[in-house]
Amino acid sequence: MTGPITRRSALGGLAAATLFAPAVLAQAKPRVIVIGGGFGGATCARNLHRLGMAVTLIEENAVYTSCPFSNLVLHGSRDIGAQQFTYEAIAREGVEIVAMRAQGVDGDARRVLLSDGRTLAYDRLVLSPGIDVNFDALPGYDSAAADIMPHAWKAGAQTLLLRRQLEAMPDGGVFVMSVPANPYRCPPGPYERASLIAHYLKTQKPKSKLIMLDAKDVFSKQRLFLDAWKALYSDILEYVPLASGGKTTEIDAKSMTVVTEFGRHKADVANVIPPQRAGAIAQAAGALDRSGWCPIDPVTFESKLRPNIHVIGDAAIAGAMPKSAFAANAQAKACAQAIALLTSGKAPGEPKLINTCYSLVAPDYGISVAGVYQPGKGIFVDVQGAGGVSPIGAAPDVRALEAQYAHDWFKITTAEVFG
Amino acid sequence: MMRSRSRLVMQGFLPACLLWFALASPAFAQGAGLLLNAPAGATACSGCHGASGSALPVLSTLTAAQIEDAMVAFSSGARDATLMNRIAKGFSADEIRAIAQWIAAQSGASK
Ligand SMILES: Cc1cc2nc3c(=O)[nH]c(=O)nc-3n(C[C@H](O)[C@H](O)[C@H](O)COP(=O)(O)OP(=O)(O)OC[C@H]3O[C@@H](n4cnc5c(N)ncnc54)[C@H](O)[C@@H]3O)c2cc1C
Repeated sequence: MTGPITRRSALGGLAAATLFAPAVLAQAKPRVIVIGGGFGGATCARNLHRLGMAVTLIEENAVYTSCPFSNLVLHGSRDIGAQQFTYEAIAREGVEIVAMRAQGVDGDARRVLLSDGRTLAYDRLVLSPGIDVNFDALPGYDSAAADIMPHAWKAGAQTLLLRRQLEAMPDGGVFVMSVPANPYRCPPGPYERASLIAHYLKTQKPKSKLIMLDAKDVFSKQRLFLDAWKALYSDILEYVPLASGGKTTEIDAKSMTVVTEFGRHKADVANVIPPQRAGAIAQAAGALDRSGWCPIDPVTFESKLRPNIHVIGDAAIAGAMPKSAFAANAQAKACAQAIALLTSGKAPGEPKLINTCYSLVAPDYGISVAGVYQPGKGIFVDVQGAGGVSPIGAAPDVRALEAQYAHDWFKITTAEVFG
Repeated sequence: MMRSRSRLVMQGFLPACLLWFALASPAFAQGAGLLLNAPAGATACSGCHGASGSALPVLSTLTAAQIEDAMVAFSSGARDATLMNRIAKGFSADEIRAIAQWIAAQSGASK
């Protein structure tokens, strides 16, 4: 169907003819649809547009609420408004915004089905739907239970609900956190959250306890977190790793109980961070494998299961790259470049990607993890000798500077994505 | 048949599109060309390095040589950093030079 002779003659004739017909040229720009307007999708849409594509961004929410820094909302020192962004600037730049849920994808016909029944055609599709909470994975934890024991792992109403519960908790109460096994969105996120909640309890409700139940023994920036907890929160925060029975096996929302392999923990307030999977549209598009995430080619971000569909951000299986906003933003730019090269018949080169994740252990105490990645073994692997975490035992001014950098990163990245 | 033909059209049209934009808007074409040809790693920098008003260094006021020298010094450990040393170690001297030149060209393009 797409034999070389047809191709050459079609290209030669049409390209020459259209040099004199700008209106036709404008229509002929490659059509790219991006589903999901978060850190990955919004960045990708903007860059694709700058690269000369006709871009449609499908995003179901008119206002995006950022997860990064939402732990400060739980802490009580940040307004949820500071987390929220609209799509106005992106629309002004020339990206078409469709404020609707994408319901399905017909990969053979290359069309996206919208929730109102309309369909939109694409040449290339980018999926950046983030995560869905996997309500099938943890017995007793369904969406009704999440209204009682919030996950707050998608920022917005869940964040505010957990904050209200924390505020209403009496001094002397027990706050229980349940943390899943890998992989999940934002590997250091639960530990930042535990730190900032411990800070709130220490300063506002010092007779309270925070019990953190973890399905792992090893976690991101572990030594830095454990050192800081020992110095700052030893009276408040009790960390229970997998080896000590930290794995949650069941949730009983009626009795506010988190059940582990070794016992039952009754909570006054509970934050259950459950197992996750790629956003539902990835499954509808046939881009999901049995792990619940999307295998991709690390050079083009194209799905290994579906041609012309690219997956970035949390939904993708990116090997050594964590599921972070920084990674989603970096992948989005590399993916846009790869798509522009592919649609102009060129082969994209191997990308190099960076990740940096800051965590606040206290409002003025920041730590970081960084990595540099390149394609290898069909996924992303660490560039040897690069990356790593903040120094152990650094002076308070270094920690304060990293806390400042964390805030600056948020400001600059959200300006790049939404501003 | 319709579909595969339209894809052929797309693929053939992009260079022509860019040409059209070059006629219509030189700044656009230059920006798009820079983005299209960004060397490995280069587009990630803007995740942290943006406009002024933050403690993170602004790159758009630096020359290619200044960016390159700083990255080489971070990479060798000659210059201290909270984080850039960890990142600079992930790039070869050639990669650092290409990135530095690209960033300088890009800030030149947007001035
Ligand atoms: C508490 C917490 C703290 C974090 N802190 C940091 C941090 O400090 N630094 C960092 O780098 N990362 C952090 N993260 C991780 C970061 O939030 C994610 O990695 C990032 O949001 C991933 O971007 P994404 O584009 O893949 O998904 P998202 O940002 O979740 O965007 C997905 C978008 O797609 C939309 N969508 C999904 N399906 C559809 C559909 N079918 N139709 C239409 N729209 C759809 C959603 O509405 C959403 O807007 C944190 C996460 C949490 C939970």
